[in-house]
Amino acid sequence: MHNKTISQLQTELKNKKISSVELTQYYLKRIETLDKNYNSFITVCAEHALKQAKSADTDIAAGKINLLTGIPIAQKDIFCTAGIKTTCGSKILDNFIAPYESTVTQKFLAAGSVMLGKTNMDEFAMGSSNETSFYGPVKNPWNLACTPGGSSGGSAAAVAAGLAPAATGTDTGGSIRQPAALCNLTGLKPTYGRVSRYGMIAFASSLDQAGPLAKTAEDAAILMNVISGYDAKDSTCVNRDVPDYTADLNKKIAGLTIGLPKEYFIAGLDPAVEKAVQTTITELKKLGCNFKEISLPHTELAASAYYVIAPAECSSNLARFDGVRYGYRCENPVNLIDLYERSRAEGFGSEVKRRILVGTYVLSAGYFDAYYRKAQRVRRLIRDDFVNALKEVDVILTPSTPTPAFKIGEKLQDPVAMYLSDVFTIAVNLAGLPGLSMPCGFDKGLPIGVQLIGNYFDEARILNVAHQYQQVTNWHNKSPENI
Amino acid sequence: MQWETVIGLEVHAQLSTKSKIFSPAATEYGAEPNTQACNIDLAMPGVLPVLNKAVVEMAVKFGLAANAKIAEYSEFSRKNYFYPDLPKGYQISQFELPIVGPGFLDVELKDGSVKRIGITRAHLEEDAGKSLHGAMPHSSGIDLNRAGTPLLEIVSEPDMRSAEEAIAYLKTLHNLVRYLGICDGNMQEGSFRCDVNVSLRPVGQKEFGTRTETKNLNSFRFIERAIFGEVERQKEILENGGKITQETRLYDSDLDESRSMRSKEEANDYRYFPDPDLLPLEISTNVIEKIKQEMPELPWEKRKRFQEQYGLSAYDATILANDLHIGAYFEKLLDDNISPKLAANWINGDLAAFLNKHNLTINASPITPDALRALLIRIADQTISSSAAKTVFEAMWNQEGTADEIIEIKGLKQITDSSAIEKIVDEVIAANPAQVADYRAGKDKLIAFFVGQVMKASKGKANPDQVNQLLKEKLKN
Repeated sequence: MHNKTISQLQTELKNKKISSVELTQYYLKRIETLDKNYNSFITVCAEHALKQAKSADTDIAAGKINLLTGIPIAQKDIFCTAGIKTTCGSKILDNFIAPYESTVTQKFLAAGSVMLGKTNMDEFAMGSSNETSFYGPVKNPWNLACTPGGSSGGSAAAVAAGLAPAATGTDTGGSIRQPAALCNLTGLKPTYGRVSRYGMIAFASSLDQAGPLAKTAEDAAILMNVISGYDAKDSTCVNRDVPDYTADLNKKIAGLTIGLPKEYFIAGLDPAVEKAVQTTITELKKLGCNFKEISLPHTELAASAYYVIAPAECSSNLARFDGVRYGYRCENPVNLIDLYERSRAEGFGSEVKRRILVGTYVLSAGYFDAYYRKAQRVRRLIRDDFVNALKEVDVILTPSTPTPAFKIGEKLQDPVAMYLSDVFTIAVNLAGLPGLSMPCGFDKGLPIGVQLIGNYFDEARILNVAHQYQQVTNWHNKSPENI
Repeated sequence: MQWETVIGLEVHAQLSTKSKIFSPAATEYGAEPNTQACNIDLAMPGVLPVLNKAVVEMAVKFGLAANAKIAEYSEFSRKNYFYPDLPKGYQISQFELPIVGPGFLDVELKDGSVKRIGITRAHLEEDAGKSLHGAMPHSSGIDLNRAGTPLLEIVSEPDMRSAEEAIAYLKTLHNLVRYLGICDGNMQEGSFRCDVNVSLRPVGQKEFGTRTETKNLNSFRFIERAIFGEVERQKEILENGGKITQETRLYDSDLDESRSMRSKEEANDYRYFPDPDLLPLEISTNVIEKIKQEMPELPWEKRKRFQEQYGLSAYDATILANDLHIGAYFEKLLDDNISPKLAANWINGDLAAFLNKHNLTINASPITPDALRALLIRIADQTISSSAAKTVFEAMWNQEGTADEIIEIKGLKQITDSSAIEKIVDEVIAANPAQVADYRAGKDKLIAFFVGQVMKASKGKANPDQVNQLLKEKLKN
């Protein structure tokens, strides 16, 4: 049952082979018995989920079937959910119950889905291993000694371990695609502005984007149909028609030109990753795709620019967590400064503090031009690189990550090494383009992912390529042992 | 040494929108604390700002009136600092690219001369909330009703050389924003606030001296007092060989003195950067052109026209032209049968007094321009005396009927028949022999007494000119 995709479960629900309540109970039971191994959920809302499932069953009986009626979903704990705790993986929000619903979770409610719970994540989405969570690290179902990646590590582990058919994630520098790669899932970061950010707790506003973590490209497309679209509550959300992302999945991809940026295939790339990516290229050639070497000349500047812009925005975005109106407040503050300093010192973890410090520094008088302004210029150059390349090719293909999953604790004391695990994904956020990671092989039992980058609002095309690839390969169907 | 005062002003004008600049919450003044603060104003995690388009049009209107350049591309920035009444930990403002660029206002001074005051820029921003001290024991409260209220910050050049010039500029500005309908100008409620930058320099010196900024000034009188005080304070320091510290000072109106709030060294580094939650603000030339077409005649243009077209005094023209609605009322009222001067006198006199007494604006006046015109025609054609007119006006105010109906019912038609007037005059002279004797002995002022008696006896209906003339004749011998 837990190996079934959303699309398969939809058929079973529709044919009344199973009810949504039964399905929900099944997943809740799995979470209850198995999640102690993974720590993928921060909050499980069994009662709430069963109520939604019951209501979905009534709808199904009445023939009222919406996009996701009766399908259980796990939500990253970064989306505000009215009446249900929203922590963002932080002690500072450990007691926070949002008084309103985020647009993304509201769309899931409207689509008739069932929310199983809220998944673990790096604190405020700052991390690539899910080790910075106040709620403890998440373990990779493929190897419990390894991280599932981050920041959407809880969502990825939950889906990989069969604790939820699919989940949401958010991606600021790779936080959907990197855990998808490390957990053998299909994860999509949409074009910036495709999905509303309203109610999604901000890390870096100009980079954050919500997207699906699913077993297949088809499931990712189904979820994209749910979450995409204009929202007047988010000024950066683009008012543009939403296509049916499942419509073109079966289109043949013969004749498509795929670009291989030479800057992404460099010495230092894990040989197993390189081999898996080469095998993918061979497979796609068989499907009729043409490959072409391209250049994205400013690639090597991406990480530096990202680690200026993202901390700058986060230093300001996280100023609201001051112990005054909600969230953690230190005990017995003696005055206002003490209230601020201790609430924040005690409420935030060290990685969040590191980024707030870096961000505050790069925005300071005297450093602004040298860091922030320069990083913005680099960002434009990186964007232009992609725009130019995408005039020549339809899709760009790169490895998703430099290596398969790394060990828990391995990079925690070395922030730069940790930051480089996102080196292939962050440029896509800086450019605002859609990017997808899909399974393409294994090394010593650990999954490897390959990234497809599309043009602006061309999610349908990368989903199409991924789906076609998944019709002729079996990587995405593999599950960890004992699951 | 002779010192020259240099003054620059920063005015925060609260824009008269129904909802806040980045949220749908209401902006109304005086509500219970925190009842007009929505999730966005409270800076709940995950919320986002959406610009209220009404503020853009208001800022453009101001820019056009101030002869300023309107930026086709401007942006919102975050001004970062921690304060309990600043829920996000930053204020959304405009920094590098404000919506209104350089402009100027021509300001009329008391001696009738005109001084041009440069406007550096005007930008949109959100207001903060309020800290409430003393409302609760051992802790302070925060009221976020005001958080997110739209402000237009208007920054002047350091072009003013005296408190008089500063006040004249402020009054021009204050009148302008109300005239344009973009700010209610209520200084008590903080809708129009001013920070004053003052420095001194030896007369003839080109470079500016070190300046201070005085905040918390919510009346013209306090602004004037604060400038006087600051000029004196700086003069004393400079003349004793001291140096002015660049600092922000807070004016205390109870003590009529200011004290240092923070020095430049203690000033925050606001770490401004473009707000990634908001798109750059782009205003097309078409939109600017459209607003330009809809701009009303500006007060100074109207004042000039009223003087030229209607022959009004500068005083009358100013009062009528300074308020868009009063000006419109005046022009609606005018008619070939009444003189503009008569119309101006009634609007600036009795009508203004009644409106003021009942705390009404002219648009809410129970006497319409048409109704008032009917009354003024009866004054002009001498049907009623001006004292009877006051009685008619009051009755009209109380909705007792039209001017003609009231004149009829109350029998206020002026007596112009000289034999009838003569009869009353004779009676009054006969009834007051002592006063007649005094008058004839040289107490000329008593003429007013006799006129009064006649008017009283005629119940105000006698034509005062005729009464005057007859009395003078009869009292001569």
